[in-house]
Amino acid sequence: MTSTLTPVPATAVEAPAIGWDGVSVRYGDAHALRDLTLDVARGETVALLGPSGSGKSTALKAVAGFVRPTSGRVLLGGRDVTGEPPHRRGVGVVVQSYALFPHMKVEDNVAFGLRARRLPRAEVAARVTEMLAMVGMTAHRGKLPRELSGGQQQRIAIARALAIRPPVLLLDEPLSALDARLRQDMLDELRRLRGELPDTAIVYVTHDQTEALVLADRIAIMRDARLVDVGPADELYHRPPSAFTAEFLGGANLIPAEAVAGGARVGDRTVPAAHSAVASGPALLCVRPHALTVEVPGPDGLPGRVTAVQWRGSGYRLEVALDCGATVSADLPALTGVPAAGEPAAVRVGAACVVAREEP
Amino acid sequence: MLIWTRRGRAALRTAFAALFALVILAPLAVVVLAAFARSWNGVLPGAYTTGHLRESLTDDRLAALLVSLQTALAAGLLAVLVGTWGALAVASAPRLLARVADTLLHLPIAVSSVVVGLSMLVAFNKPPLLLGGTRWIVIAAHTVLVTAFAYSTVSAALKRLDPAYAQVAGSLGAAPPRVLFRIVLPLLMPAMSAAAALSIALSLGEVGATIMVYPPDWRTLPVGVFTLTDRGRVFPAAALTLTLLATALVTLTGLGRLGRRPGAR
Repeated sequence: MTSTLTPVPATAVEAPAIGWDGVSVRYGDAHALRDLTLDVARGETVALLGPSGSGKSTALKAVAGFVRPTSGRVLLGGRDVTGEPPHRRGVGVVVQSYALFPHMKVEDNVAFGLRARRLPRAEVAARVTEMLAMVGMTAHRGKLPRELSGGQQQRIAIARALAIRPPVLLLDEPLSALDARLRQDMLDELRRLRGELPDTAIVYVTHDQTEALVLADRIAIMRDARLVDVGPADELYHRPPSAFTAEFLGGANLIPAEAVAGGARVGDRTVPAAHSAVASGPALLCVRPHALTVEVPGPDGLPGRVTAVQWRGSGYRLEVALDCGATVSADLPALTGVPAAGEPAAVRVGAACVVAREEP
Repeated sequence: MLIWTRRGRAALRTAFAALFALVILAPLAVVVLAAFARSWNGVLPGAYTTGHLRESLTDDRLAALLVSLQTALAAGLLAVLVGTWGALAVASAPRLLARVADTLLHLPIAVSSVVVGLSMLVAFNKPPLLLGGTRWIVIAAHTVLVTAFAYSTVSAALKRLDPAYAQVAGSLGAAPPRVLFRIVLPLLMPAMSAAAALSIALSLGEVGATIMVYPPDWRTLPVGVFTLTDRGRVFPAAALTLTLLATALVTLTGLGRLGRRPGAR
């Protein structure tokens, strides 16, 4: 879907929909974002994933024009918009609190951007009806935001942002205010909406790895105001380039090891690995909790002792202190017999990869 | 809740009610009784009359009441305008400038109203801005005095306002004036109504600065109360105070209703 409101220059057709070019944002001595360079193509969804204070929201605000970069350039469709105010950027934004205008009815909220652009009244009415139908909120058009549930408010916020048909949609933790059940429903809803907007570039800021994995074509992992890794979601998950990404995206166990050909050596055992980012020397064996099995001690597996057992309904989480010094978490199905806390055990490693150790 | 026992809560409520009655209600009750007193030699008035109240509604006194109302409404309106403008400006100013402006806008609260009256008298008593001897100096003095309170009220509301409203409105294509008039000001309306009510109430009761600057043809009701009390005519002064109290109540109730109206688009 291309914007009829913000014409895209012909030269920008092949340019990325969004571009951060060495963007830094500083508040006094504090760095909110350091030297971010990243492109988002037309029709692509990129999730900015990271813990609190990692700079992901600042990166989004720099594109929306809510914060001004201290250095670097922000590009939209190849056009440098670094110095432009938000109302000239033509970007749709959904914020964490939704920020629905409380004194306006639902339909007036959705129409706000269209009226600001002085579109003919008939077109405004038609677009509002179309958007409300798209998010399934037609029946609520005459209500005030305070009369809606959290999920309904979120739908209206999305409808309001999409009503102006922006080439770029920025979503800043849009599901974080919802409870777990509603969050899952809205995640499905967002996936459906994604399918209806094949030309819109979407930046999705979240600290929830599941949301990022479900929605994003590519994930950009952020930490301490910097971009750590970026890549296709499945690649980052299965072959994490760094220890931080392995741990943050999927909660991988990181076991100190020595990289060897075809795997890694942990203590006196060699564990095969499907992918290795380190050819030899000190490294970390990266293995997801669901890729571990815990068995009675034997010649195979890494020896250790179970320190804790948690029942989680659908399965068990075991904490095992390995003899090599590392502690690992293992997720086991509910029907499996599990050793009790304190018992010796052997941890067998399934799919694993090897990543570099982090500089201290 | 700090106190959990039923008896403790009851004791606290009684103590609060007694204090409220002693400090707030008793003086007001005395004024009401005095307004209707013909003579008062004991604990309660010896005889009652409505004469003082009728006297307070004569042409001369009604004119003073009108002067007070006009002054309060003009000063209240100006204070809300300047206070809101100040609050918006301070919110978007660089930190140092914002701190200086915030202090300056609060300054009239810190200095005595007599100081404000005297400074207005000295500052505006010569051309090119000759306000001395006109009603405008009274309105100006009241505006200076109450603007600080209006600013304070609106500024506190603005600090609580989620900046995301204005940011999202901007991202939807609304230029700053549209964001201000369609989003920010409607959301600040309850605070602006409260600021107007506070400013009008303060202006209606203002006497310190007024007495320094008022011309003979623009005498406010509190000045009349002060003059009568000064001459020892306490009962007519109480009747005049009662009129002022009723006027303030009616005006503020009306403003309160206006402020509670659901915001229009």
